[in-house]
Formats: sequence, C-alpha cells, structure tokens
Amino acid sequence: MLIAAGTIGVAHYLVVGAIMFTTGVVCMATKRNALGVLMGIELVLNGANINFVAFGSTYLAGEGRSPLGLDGEVTALFVILLAAAEAAVALAITLNFYNNHGTVDVDRADDLHG
Amino acid sequence: MNPLTTCLVGVSPPAAFLAAVDWHGMLFLLFALIACGGAVMVALTDNVVRMALHLVLSLAATAGLFFLAGAEFVGSMQLMIYVGGTLVLLVFGVMLTAQTKLVALRTPAADRVVAGILAAALLAVLVQSAVSIESWRRPGRAETQPPTATPIGMALVGVRVDSPPETAESRPRSGYLLPFEIVSVHLLVVLVGAAYLARAKRRKTPRPIDILASADPPPPPPAASADRPATSILVGSDT
Repeated sequence: MLIAAGTIGVAHYLVVGAIMFTTGVVCMATKRNALGVLMGIELVLNGANINFVAFGSTYLAGEGRSPLGLDGEVTALFVILLAAAEAAVALAITLNFYNNHGTVDVDRADDLHG
Repeated sequence: MNPLTTCLVGVSPPAAFLAAVDWHGMLFLLFALIACGGAVMVALTDNVVRMALHLVLSLAATAGLFFLAGAEFVGSMQLMIYVGGTLVLLVFGVMLTAQTKLVALRTPAADRVVAGILAAALLAVLVQSAVSIESWRRPGRAETQPPTATPIGMALVGVRVDSPPETAESRPRSGYLLPFEIVSVHLLVVLVGAAYLARAKRRKTPRPIDILASADPPPPPPAASADRPATSILVGSDT
C-alpha cells in the first residue's frame, strides 16, 4: 500500500472508506453520549459514500471503464440526503430524551427493560 | 521513473518542478490523512465538542476526496448539506444538551479494549478485501474532462446523457426521476416529523430538569421592580 506518484486507484479510496467505516462503528459501539452515537453513524455513511464515489469515478477506473458509472455518484447523493433526514429525526429524538430524562447518556435509556 | 525523483535529481526551475509533482497523489494523501485522522480522533476523544470539531474536519476532507475522484457535484453537495447543514444541526444538539456532566461522558476502559480488538479485526478484513483485487489497484488515467453537472442533473429528471459503460451498451438505462421524487417527499415528511417530535410541549407534570433547577436557591427578588418602569415612563412623559 505504498503511495507513489500516479498510482492512486480505487483501492486507495477503499482503504480510506474502510478506516472511516471502522472508526464509525467504534463510535457507535462505545460512545455513551447519544450525539456521539449520531456522529458515528455519520462516519459510517461517509465511509460507504467514499466507496460509492470511488467505484463510480471515471478518473479512477483502470482502463476507462468504471463499474458503476453515474450510479455511484447519484447513490452517494441519495445517501447524503437520507443522512440529513436521519440526523434531523435522531436529533429530535435525542432532544426529547433529554427533556424527559435530563441526560443524553444512552446507558440511562433503559425504561423498557423488564 | 518517478517524476518526483527526476525532478529532485535534475536541476529544475520552479515551473518544471510544479509540473512534475504528482499533485493528485499528494492532495489525495493530504485529504486522506485529514479524513482518517479526524475520524480516529472522533472515536478516541470523550469530549463531545471536540468530537464535533474533528467530524467537521473529517467530512470536509472527504469532500476534497470527492473532488479528486472527479465527482465535483457530489463533493459540493457534501460540503453544503453535510458540513453546512447536518453538522450545524449536530452542533446545535451539542449546545442544547451541553451540561457540564454530559459534555465528557467517559467510556469504560474495558469497552475501549473490546471495541479496539473488534475494530482491528473488521479493518483487517475490509482492507484485505480492498487490496486483494488486482484491477482495483490499477492507477487511474490522467484524462481531463471539463467538470460539469449536466449528466447528473439530466439523470435526476429521468434522461441519461452520460456515455454508457462499454460492457452494457445494449441495456436500456433508467434515470432517477422516481427515486428523486421519493427522496424529496421523504425529506419533507421527515422534517415535519422532526419538528413535531422536538416541539415544546405543555406538561402536566414537571420535567426532571425543572425539578433539578428548582432545587437550586432562587435568586433574590429585585426590590420594587414592578412599579419602577411605570414611574420612569411617567417621568419621561412629563419632561
């Protein structure tokens, strides 16, 4: 995985996307603040977006043929839009939880356990 | 031969140096380092304000990666919607819930260790699968097309004007008019629902925050503050 001159391919973007995906999963699993969990979700979606754009890019395709073409970019756009919608709803739920319980600690959200 | 090394070996004027440097590779390295470093810092720090800052850095560098991959429209949308919209929303959430004891909630060390081990395993699998396919490691061609949003804009209204991939020229390709409509209605419904969820409610029972706040000693009432504005208005109207 050396980065020499003129050798940026799809695999480099996939590695960056893999790192962002993994750190997002770690955020979602370990953060106790509900907003930290939200930020982990944003990181996961961005890691997936990097993969979509890399596979759809005509610049990065080896012999001028990208596997996805325009589909990759449009899918990335839809993912960005759905991430915005998800962030709005999740933030509303978090604020509601904060209003009702006085905390954003997700470990305290155990009202439903028997 | 590596253009950077040829440039360093030979005596080179600045223009030749600028032309010989592989700017795509260097900018990719810069943006990738900022994106990955910001993501790792988001995972490592416990302070939610610093997490938001590092997330801004990481997502902005991701937009730079999109620009480098030739997806200019997606990169600008990433900057406008993600960095300009979603993250501002998140920062507002941080500010609205920023009590001193909630800003830095500590994660237990045992959880960190388990998560680190699992993350290393997941990262190993993902990186292995990313670099194992030979055609993905081939460098891209240095072709320059004028950046335009015409194919993506026409595809969103249902007309495909981009050149088809060579493997599938015979298949008819659809546009994205229906997904575009579905996503726009979905966004509208979601924003209405979010406004409904986060609205200020009238309550019969006091909230725990109000109980906590009322436990504090109330500030001393200002002496005779009720009639002082009226007298000042009277004095002002007289003079």
